[in-house]
Amino acid sequence: MPTHTTEPAPAADAALVPAPRGPNVRARRTGRAKDWARRAPLLPALVFLVVVTQLPFLATVVISFTRWNALAPDNRGFAALDNYRAVFTDPAMRASVGTTVLLTVTVVLVSLLLGLGLALLLDRGFRGRGIVRTLLITPFLIVPVASALLWKHALYNASYGLLNGSLTWIWRLFGSEHPPQPDWMTDSPLAAVEMSLIWQWTPFMMLILLAGLQSRASDAVEAARMDGASAWDIFRYLTLPHLRRYLELAALLGTVYVVQNFDAVFTITSGGLGTANLPYTIYQTVYQSHDYGRASAQGVVVVLCSLLVATFALRTVSSLLREEVTS
Amino acid sequence: MTTLSTVRGRAGSPAARRRRRTGSLLGLAAWLCGIAFFLPVAWMVLTSFHSETDAATNPPSVGAGLSLHGYREFFGATGSGVSPWPPLVNSLTASVVSTLLVLLLAVPAAYALAIKPVRKWSDVLFFFLSTKMLPLVAGLLPVYLVAQNTGMLDSIWLLVILYTSMNLPIAVWMMRSFLAEVPVEMLEAASIDGAGLATTLTRIVAPVAMPGIAATALISFIFSWNELLFARVLTGVVAGTSPVFLTGLVTSQGLFLAKVCAAATVISLPVLIAGFAAQDKLVQGLSLGAVK
Repeated sequence: MPTHTTEPAPAADAALVPAPRGPNVRARRTGRAKDWARRAPLLPALVFLVVVTQLPFLATVVISFTRWNALAPDNRGFAALDNYRAVFTDPAMRASVGTTVLLTVTVVLVSLLLGLGLALLLDRGFRGRGIVRTLLITPFLIVPVASALLWKHALYNASYGLLNGSLTWIWRLFGSEHPPQPDWMTDSPLAAVEMSLIWQWTPFMMLILLAGLQSRASDAVEAARMDGASAWDIFRYLTLPHLRRYLELAALLGTVYVVQNFDAVFTITSGGLGTANLPYTIYQTVYQSHDYGRASAQGVVVVLCSLLVATFALRTVSSLLREEVTS
Repeated sequence: MTTLSTVRGRAGSPAARRRRRTGSLLGLAAWLCGIAFFLPVAWMVLTSFHSETDAATNPPSVGAGLSLHGYREFFGATGSGVSPWPPLVNSLTASVVSTLLVLLLAVPAAYALAIKPVRKWSDVLFFFLSTKMLPLVAGLLPVYLVAQNTGMLDSIWLLVILYTSMNLPIAVWMMRSFLAEVPVEMLEAASIDGAGLATTLTRIVAPVAMPGIAATALISFIFSWNELLFARVLTGVVAGTSPVFLTGLVTSQGLFLAKVCAAATVISLPVLIAGFAAQDKLVQGLSLGAVK
């Protein structure tokens, strides 16, 4: 547990209070100076983040209350809540909320489970373990646009993609000239996007969980095995509780990145056929409808929702931010 | 910590033998999974070495003769395309400079959060993380408008600033956890022995933090190199990065599968090399650091 200093006084009253005298005040003054010395290293990062991320967001809030379409520059003005009304009554917007939730939950859950399975497999000694790990992390290291293009054109393509090509090949082995040739991206567009994202994010989950497994003290497992605990018991009562924080971290980081996914949706389906998620919808409102007011209102709604969910998840469910951590 | 229980079950008892047999079956399963996950990448690389006609066949032409046609097309040697060098240089500049900036800002901040924790450090950390949860698009429009009015549109330095802010929160989070690994007793001992700040930092903190710094830098580099949305919206002819170039390859000229696969391979290569070379650091950095 880190030792905390005394309550820091606001900087402002240093200027208001006349020059202090006496040892007591002097002690408090050096304490205050120390506080600032402690905080100083934080300031550049904080200031930078506030300027680059919070100020634009404030501007977004302001724009969200204006009537502003780039195609009609003369018709600008205060719109009150019109943009928000439009956002909440827009069926496309509501659909994209659903799509975002579905896409994120599916991708994070499936890749978390697959990643857990793979991490458990890799947490054992076997020949070529290093090579297998290298093979497994490759999808995470491919540039996302490249991997989206790869899935769209080289794998899913109905006439020459690898998936249908393999079906043709297998069917021919059995002497059939009529293999099924599904059009993956039209028949199940959301699943097609999810599949590529799961492929891309499973290695990330695996990396986190693998390191979690490797930081586990092996003597407890050894002792449990001596006592005749089954593999399942060891997993359930020793491994899983130990992994909890790693699972939370993987889910948190995965969610942060998958919610904001733009590359896969943009590349594979261009948001068509019910795959438009929130980032894509906002992108479209800005760059196709040029409705800056409405796009900003969408952005504000999205941010409020994410913060609500994030605060809830981090503060109540997760153990990641508990202060005992540093003990 | 990294040693595995490989010696487990060397004894000759039937139970141990059974365990060894399931062990090798599980090893085989791991190999199959590894190959399955690698297969699309292998296919991408193989296709990139095929001629355009061999690349687009059904069933796939695995054994077709190899050709450098796709790569020659990509690098513009045949005179048909646009040179990929400016986008590659842009990507490299944006990623490397923003990664350096991230480290410059994140390391002191993490020091304040971990080694000499300020009050309510978890609130500060939460603030850092929450900026990461703002969907990037929500701030994109004002950034775009400001850039438009200040003539920063299509400038790589705008991307450098944005990528720094994009990776800074995760970097602070990772670095804080790494620095929290520095044993408090060692810091106290150092201060009792009269070590100054510089000595403490170089002799005690740095050795523990180095792997963390490496991992943080790698993650920051990867995410910057990969970014598409900002680059697409805020850059154009001059400052376009590799991912933007890659999307342009398909939309503007129709589809040349071998060429696209060659491009995808080349553009992924820097991250692949860095990631493979530092995979141990990556494993540690992503997790050990982030959780402890």
